[in-house]
Amino acid sequence: MEILVCVKRVPDTSENEIVLNRAGNDIERDDLVYSINEPDNYAVEEALQIVGRIGGQVTVVTIGDEDDEEILRREMAMGANHGIMISDEVFQGSDGRGIATILKAFVEKGHYDLILTGVQAEAGGAQVGGMLAAMLDYPFAAVVNSIEVLDGGKLKISREIEGGNKEFSEIDLPCVLSIQTGINEPRYVGMRGIRAVASVPIATYDASTLGIDGGAVGEAGAKVKHVDYFVPESTGGAEILSGDRDANIEKLLELLTEKGGLR
Amino acid sequence: MPAIFAYIVHRDGVADDSATELAAAAKRIDPAASPIALVAGNGPELDAACESARGQYSEIWKIANESLAYPNAELIRKALTKVLPIGSVLLVAHDQFGIDLGPGLSIKLNAAFVSDVVGIEKVEPSSLTLVRQEFGGQVSAHVRCDISSGVVITVRPGAFKPIDRPSLSGKVVDRSTEVGTLTAGRRYLETVMAEAGDVDITKHAILVSIGRGIQEEDNVGIAHELADALGAAVSCSRPVVDAKWLEQSRQVGSSGKTVKPKVYLACGISGAAQHLAGIRGNPFIVAINKNPRAPIFQVANVGIIDDILEFLPELTTKVREMHSVAAK
Amino acid sequence: MAAFPQSELTPLLNSGRDLFLIIHILGVACFAYIITKRLAPLLHAQRDFRFDRPLSRLRMVLKFWLGQWKHPRYRGAGTLHILIFAGFLLLALRAFTVLIVGVSPGFVMPFLSGKAGEIYNLVTDYATTVVFICMVVAIARRLVFKPARYEVPERYGKAHTADAVFLLGLIAVLMLADSLFAAGKVAAQAQQGAPLEALAVLSLPWVLRIGLASASMSAIAAVGYGAYFLHEVTFYFLLCYRPFGIQFHVETSLFSIYFGKLDRGTIKPVRWGVPDEQLDQVKSFGVKTFEDFTWKHILDFYSCADCGRCSDNCPSNSAGRPLSPRFLTLKARDYAFQHFPVFGGSNNSQALIGSIYSEDEIWSCTTCGACEEECPLLIEYIDKIVDLRRGMIDDGNVPQSLQKPLKALESRGNPYGKMEKKRADWARASEFQQECAVKTVGKNDGADTLYFVDSISSYDERMQSIARATAKILDDVGENFGILGSAEKDSGHEARRFGEETLFMALRDHNAETIRAAGVQKIVTADPHAYNALKHDYKDLPPVEHISQVIARGVQSGKIEFAPLADSDKLYTYHDPCYLGRHNQIYAAPREVLDAIPGLKRVEMKRSRDRSFCCGGGGLMLFYEPREEERIGVQRVRMAAAAGADVIVTACPFCMTNIEDAIKVAGYEGKMSVIDLVELADQQMVRESPVVETEIPAVQKECAVAR
Repeated sequence: MEILVCVKRVPDTSENEIVLNRAGNDIERDDLVYSINEPDNYAVEEALQIVGRIGGQVTVVTIGDEDDEEILRREMAMGANHGIMISDEVFQGSDGRGIATILKAFVEKGHYDLILTGVQAEAGGAQVGGMLAAMLDYPFAAVVNSIEVLDGGKLKISREIEGGNKEFSEIDLPCVLSIQTGINEPRYVGMRGIRAVASVPIATYDASTLGIDGGAVGEAGAKVKHVDYFVPESTGGAEILSGDRDANIEKLLELLTEKGGLR
Repeated sequence: MPAIFAYIVHRDGVADDSATELAAAAKRIDPAASPIALVAGNGPELDAACESARGQYSEIWKIANESLAYPNAELIRKALTKVLPIGSVLLVAHDQFGIDLGPGLSIKLNAAFVSDVVGIEKVEPSSLTLVRQEFGGQVSAHVRCDISSGVVITVRPGAFKPIDRPSLSGKVVDRSTEVGTLTAGRRYLETVMAEAGDVDITKHAILVSIGRGIQEEDNVGIAHELADALGAAVSCSRPVVDAKWLEQSRQVGSSGKTVKPKVYLACGISGAAQHLAGIRGNPFIVAINKNPRAPIFQVANVGIIDDILEFLPELTTKVREMHSVAAK
Repeated sequence: MAAFPQSELTPLLNSGRDLFLIIHILGVACFAYIITKRLAPLLHAQRDFRFDRPLSRLRMVLKFWLGQWKHPRYRGAGTLHILIFAGFLLLALRAFTVLIVGVSPGFVMPFLSGKAGEIYNLVTDYATTVVFICMVVAIARRLVFKPARYEVPERYGKAHTADAVFLLGLIAVLMLADSLFAAGKVAAQAQQGAPLEALAVLSLPWVLRIGLASASMSAIAAVGYGAYFLHEVTFYFLLCYRPFGIQFHVETSLFSIYFGKLDRGTIKPVRWGVPDEQLDQVKSFGVKTFEDFTWKHILDFYSCADCGRCSDNCPSNSAGRPLSPRFLTLKARDYAFQHFPVFGGSNNSQALIGSIYSEDEIWSCTTCGACEEECPLLIEYIDKIVDLRRGMIDDGNVPQSLQKPLKALESRGNPYGKMEKKRADWARASEFQQECAVKTVGKNDGADTLYFVDSISSYDERMQSIARATAKILDDVGENFGILGSAEKDSGHEARRFGEETLFMALRDHNAETIRAAGVQKIVTADPHAYNALKHDYKDLPPVEHISQVIARGVQSGKIEFAPLADSDKLYTYHDPCYLGRHNQIYAAPREVLDAIPGLKRVEMKRSRDRSFCCGGGGLMLFYEPREEERIGVQRVRMAAAAGADVIVTACPFCMTNIEDAIKVAGYEGKMSVIDLVELADQQMVRESPVVETEIPAVQKECAVAR
């Protein structure tokens, strides 16, 4: 089976403090540590396990620049057969639709039975997979937490739904799935493995080799654009509720409702 | 301003709470508009769901189809594509279903898409400035969305408080015939319920977390009751796992799980750094502890100095009361 | 032994001569064949450089083999074994003489004719007796007293009692046969009126001789022949049977001790003979199949005597984790026997993890070294576990709980994932900075001494107080010291011991370069893991000391003086951290420091010094989620309580973490507390109050005028 996994290099939220930069128009990126978007890593591991069972190849693709190569190499150290870099200045500022457009152009250059993305990345968009599927007219499922390959070009998948329950469906290949963390236990990639793939060639594509019209993607083609980043006001230290128990409960319930804790 | 639609999720014939929140969000976008509810499904449950939405929406479009007995987003997307006017604003709750439905739908409608919106900052004739959170909630962002060809927006549950106003008496319009036969490359098989031990605390928006203050195994039930009432999961700090009162999979901390809930109730937890290291994403932390000097109060948003063994049961009772009132 | 007198025993023995000769040939041939087969896996194994420093190795042989140095650690079994071992050594010549006599009747050992021979015979009469009695006692221990450490947990199979009793019984038979033959000889002499050889009074031969007093010559001859045959057959049976079980240690112990590990606290290289720069050419890291072990490791598997002392002292085993060092060795030995059998060809090798070993078993080890400290055969464990971990890391088979800190070490230089630039924040707290300015060595600032803080003391809020106390003390003793600040990365001590050799080398190379560039003369640390790393894992660095040594020296020289304790009714106990105590044998300095504090009453726990019980492990072990019944730290805290202690003093931030946690879990909060040695020293340190300046400094005067 030919599997394509779309991956993204993001600031690692577990190892960074995300703060605003001085200008207030972006986050402070100087001291950030970047790594592959966690759900994407699970997706690659899942792809590797599938081809490990039934044969095939895993290709990882990202849209970015040379800084982003490191995650391609890391996933290749993990076992992916091919790494693809899609890079072009004109792609900068793309919204989710723009990214999906670029990926669609790449997908149509090859033949993939299964396309995986992580369920969401650092911006929490959770959109590229679904958009790509719609553009390709492939069936789609979001938040997938198990994949079983069936005969006859089909998969049996489960989606994670509320309460930790699993919704099982059958889906036709080729299809697009967005993968949830916890679907498997990704293997460890050590420094040694990464050094071993340090010089493996990575194929590159740009707007012209993919036949993409610059106006349809990037800042030019984006329907959704960032205006700014900001931090809403917050108070330091806990606000201690000072009433009697009943009053405190009432106030607490009010706050919980406000914060989405109560439905 | 284009027409505003809200897709209503329903279970067992009852519209989900998000229906009222979407109505509130719609109001923020266009105070003058009468948003239209979209309810898809089949049979008497669908009718009941439509009925339950009438209080919040002046018009409800019913989409009945045998194949929609189970809400398969792939099929529903096709159905909606047939009935939605071009250029509409469609609001959907940002949940497991919304993520499944929304992005692809926006492509089929050739509309813009913005997900997990927590606020509406500015409304202009052909654009909306929306508030989102990024990096696990550590920063917020304003995004401007061009809605000239419509937009699909998924709305974070709980971000928009339902508006206080007299009940509407919406009319139900049957649009089922416009949909035709629905088939898709994805077919629903069955739902498997989670086993009690299968609780993945990293996937819950609300956590009732207990620490040593729970004192003994018999008291752990108090936390479970509160969690049930809140639709939450019970998590804990390491001492509780060590004492074998809860499974290790419930442990939050640097040697346990990292959780990013929206609400974290730290009950009888002192707030050791190793425990706090497992709480990310800037949730709303409520600390309940009888020790006023517990370090948890440094990081909590709200603190209550009380004995959890007495406080939690009372809180549970009040939550249940609230829910039974709301359900009426 | 004197020449066998021509007597009626002679024809019998002579007529048996052919038989005895055949048994000799068969026995020796069998043994040679078996040994050759047993050597086979060693020839296919990895290299191990053990032929250096012969004098040191001979010293080890004298101390641990001949001197049985470790045996008395378990008084009962140790005494027994020393007696048995001494007996065997003494009896060696006697046994060979007896064996040869059956084929060459007049044979006498070269130096043992005449008086020397007589004395030798008397001594060995007692030796035989003692060994026989020891066998009886040993069997009684196995069958009646059943020491706990001999038990075999269900998952490891059947009890070893039957086999042990069988072997002990055979040795008893051997002694009996020897004694009976000696008795028979003297009985024959008496019957024929020949001069009687002396038998040691009350020895086994002497007793048996009495039993033969009224026997007829033909009876005596029969007994003599029978005893001789029994002796020879038993001897060769044992010789050939030993390599199939735990008694193989009789042959291999000399070698396992001679080739034992000389350098404490070190970890073997990935491949002996392959320098770091050439490691990318190595196809596979670590031990994945049996052949990946070195020959010395395989020799270790052969050498296990199943005494159970290792597992008896293993904290992981005690806590109910899946690790038992004893069975780590025995399972490998059984694998060797199965895959490199004496009869039949060797089978295909299989992956060890997942077959004889489980992943959890290998990750459970805290590398405390208690097993290696106890083992009388100097069997090594830590290197094997590290090698097995290297194999798992190479295969990507790592628990998620460890992947996070390993990744953080790689990207941030500390396992917590905290930002590099905050590494020295512990020293920048404004209050502290006024008390004690800690400089960062770099281009602009040099220092004589480097204080290597390492990650936990830099980033963990609780442990930062150890760093601050250390800095203050260094100040007090007048050290011109500095820290590396944000240029410091984790020492890599645990990264290495968890098998991530490449990551370790990256951290080591970075730190070593930074340290050398700083141009310091010596290094001090308060973290025993960092101490061990800098001392043993790093090369070509200035000398390293632990802060307890600095304080002890300060106490001795008078630079440091302690005020009396405020609460002198509390009982203190010192917990030896594994990497300060056992691995580096620094036991005295911390105790000297404690004893220098007036009013401090100190008590030793039963397990202290080299028998100290690990706190649970440091570094990456704090992230691992073990499957266990009771926390290791909790067990340690209970030991402190049993000793009557109110306060536990430790000298390691990881011990502090585990013990503090354990005090809460065990329910001793409020009843017991823990403090670090440097915190205690800092607390009790007598410092002069700051001198109050009464004169306005010149600069200020000028400024005031200028205004």
